[in-house]
Amino acid sequence: MTMIAQTGAAPRLQTSLSVIILGATLAALATAPMWAGRAELRLLMEALSYLALAQMWNLLAGYTGLVSVGQQAFVGLGGYMFFGLAIFGGMGVLPALGLAAVGTAIIAIPTGWLAFRLNGAYFAIGTWVIAEVFRLGMAQVGSLGGGSGISLPVDVARSLADGRAEREMAMYYIAFAIGVASVALVWGLLRSRWGLAMTAIRDSELAAETVGVSTRRLKFMIYVLTAGFTALAGGFLFLQKLRITPDAAFSVNDWTAFVIFIVVIGGIGTIEGPIIGTVLFFALRQVAADWGTWYLMLMGVIAISVMLVDKRGIWGRIESLTGWHLLPVKRTLD
Amino acid sequence: MVWINSIVQGVMLGGLYALFAAGLSLMFGVMRFVNIAHGDFIVVGAYLILTFVVSWGLSPVLGVGMVLVLLAVAGYMNQRLLLNRVLGKDILPPILVTFGMSIIIQNGLLEVFSADSQKLQTGWLETTSVQLGDQFAVGLLPFLMFMTAVAVIGLLQFVFYKTPLGRMLRATSDDPEIVPLMGGNNAHTFALATGLASLVVGVAGIWLAMKTNFDPAAGPARLLFAFEAVIIGGLGNIWGTLLGGIILGVAQTVGAQVDAGYQILAGHLAFLLVLVIRPTGLFPKVSH
Amino acid sequence: MTKLLEVSGLTAHYGDFQALFGVDMQVEEGETVAIIGSNGAGKSTFLRTLTGLRPSKGQEIRFCGQQIAGLPADQIHKLGLAMVPEGRRLFRSLSVEENLLIGAAGKRKGPWDLKKIYDLFPDLVAKRNNPGTALSGGQQQMVAIGRALMSNPSLLLCDEISLGLAPKVIKDIYEAVPMIRAQGTSILVVEQDVSQALAVADRIYCFMEGRVSLTGTPDSLSKEQIANAYFGIGEAA
Repeated sequence: MTMIAQTGAAPRLQTSLSVIILGATLAALATAPMWAGRAELRLLMEALSYLALAQMWNLLAGYTGLVSVGQQAFVGLGGYMFFGLAIFGGMGVLPALGLAAVGTAIIAIPTGWLAFRLNGAYFAIGTWVIAEVFRLGMAQVGSLGGGSGISLPVDVARSLADGRAEREMAMYYIAFAIGVASVALVWGLLRSRWGLAMTAIRDSELAAETVGVSTRRLKFMIYVLTAGFTALAGGFLFLQKLRITPDAAFSVNDWTAFVIFIVVIGGIGTIEGPIIGTVLFFALRQVAADWGTWYLMLMGVIAISVMLVDKRGIWGRIESLTGWHLLPVKRTLD
Repeated sequence: MVWINSIVQGVMLGGLYALFAAGLSLMFGVMRFVNIAHGDFIVVGAYLILTFVVSWGLSPVLGVGMVLVLLAVAGYMNQRLLLNRVLGKDILPPILVTFGMSIIIQNGLLEVFSADSQKLQTGWLETTSVQLGDQFAVGLLPFLMFMTAVAVIGLLQFVFYKTPLGRMLRATSDDPEIVPLMGGNNAHTFALATGLASLVVGVAGIWLAMKTNFDPAAGPARLLFAFEAVIIGGLGNIWGTLLGGIILGVAQTVGAQVDAGYQILAGHLAFLLVLVIRPTGLFPKVSH
Repeated sequence: MTKLLEVSGLTAHYGDFQALFGVDMQVEEGETVAIIGSNGAGKSTFLRTLTGLRPSKGQEIRFCGQQIAGLPADQIHKLGLAMVPEGRRLFRSLSVEENLLIGAAGKRKGPWDLKKIYDLFPDLVAKRNNPGTALSGGQQQMVAIGRALMSNPSLLLCDEISLGLAPKVIKDIYEAVPMIRAQGTSILVVEQDVSQALAVADRIYCFMEGRVSLTGTPDSLSKEQIANAYFGIGEAA
């Protein structure tokens, strides 16, 4: 009897701990403009955008097994479309961001159709080629500045709010919404009826096929969905930067290598992994960014080490040791 | 006339791309393994030859020998000590480990050699040309590059189909589980495959150094060209890879003839076009 | 006679499932031994453990007096233990002759070479340059046996070599066994076909549910004894 009582207590403790941690983090983030300075706020905005990118890459690679190294295609397209809609379409920031996301998702349909003709590791490199096509192609579009890029007119950012502080706050809450929505979206998806199918694909594609999951269609849907959401984050990132060039927009290092690093170190195939990874990535960057090339080499070494030591990453390790889920996705019968 | 000239240039360039592609194709064939750092290793080969011949003043023959030996040994060790540990059904670990390597190599090169673009000057080799018929002349350097590609691919074909090593490589590719029952050691065989592929990577790096400007970040583009040549040619067909390289090279030089900015883009588009029409490549493997 | 193979108390597990419960076995030099038993009796697991395809660390397997438990498969093979795997498993991109040559990769000295294999299985000569997988089932089995012999093993393990073959073909294949013995190669066959096993073996071991349920020479064992040991219905009947 005591045994049962003890094993029952641990999950309950973990659940309340999860609620406390999640609640405190959300509250701290929601009130950030009140306690954070300008520099911290900018850092948080970037971190929240990266959280969204990481959640999306994890959804794609961790759950459907589609290892893409071409997600920069969608960051860049989102950024360029947002600039195009805001500059030439005269749209406000929010509608332009939304439309850029939808537009990119639509472009991802033919793109995915091409990439899906390749399997496994070749899919990965195929997505990279496609991203390069967008980068080189965009350099040829004169109206968007060609190879040297284009700046966002001051009016666009001004349309958000009047004062500078208010603008910063509005920007922050957009980032907050994108970051939190990315987690919520993945969480909701995994708890939906598709979630079961996705977990099945992650664990064994063959088994998933035999129980009647059309893995190809589901994977394609996830590919298009992540493209759209990645573009939303991309649009915001370039709203923050106020300038876009093909090389910056379609950078494999900034938008894919770092994102993969975040997911891998945090724990691929888990919702919590990208969150932990984002925190660690920005912490490491604060400490080591001045080391230049050594900092990047260190990241490479860490990523390789994770694969050799425990490819489930930090959260995967914690989960297997404690059975703790910060955001439970399994529906239990209680 | 300019068009024919650019096509001929493209064919020669295709030889270089086939050299890029051969190692990638070999490793995939034996181990179903794609090395994301493949292009970066080619660039390492280019920097090594530059260091040996220009900085250290070694004779070119000795320099070439050293590059090839170094890369082959490094490739063997890399596979034996590191990559073998992440091979398996899950495609993610090998992709991520080699992606990490790619970042380490690029930044390591940047630290040692700076971001300046470099080229190995070859003097008279560059200025001499070969007469092809009455009408045409091709630069000696591109011509030798193309012939090297043909020779390397012929040699790989020979190794693969006529030697005990090739037999073991093919057997391991077919059924790695059963090979140890015939006395084969998979870890060693995989490492030999990577060693052989790295030898070709060395040859490719040396030609890269002589043919074009390169810098520490030049690797990923080389990986993409290699990959495109493999897919255009058709998986598992090494002569197809040469043809894939040629198609890619011609697409690039013809694109560049239209507008200098279209060179790389035209190559990528040719690849995507093949992917649309024939996803298995233009010359898929014929059974032997 | 000296002991070629000595196995004592061999166990094997697949996760929580135990497949072998302390199997003892000896094979003398020059002997032909057969293991019979129904599906799931543990015969194939036994062979896979001997050859190093399954982990055997810490167990007691002596081959030519040397402890081989825990060695990797390729090293066990080099000591002179070769296996004809279940289902033949020819290399599909290799020709018949190349399949045979792969077997000789270990370069052990002994009576077997290409010429001897072609003497043993003359059907293969005409097909030597064909892909191994383009042959009939019986011919594929000949290649698989020849491939194992090419390594000049002291002990040849044959896993279910009659499986899926027509009776006439099985007979042809088993005709090779005496000729293999004549070269001094010992043989351990795993066989579901009891009459075939009894016909070729000096001694048989019957496996049931992961244990040796019966052992002896074919003429010392009655049909009832074998049936009981094979199906496990002895005590009930």
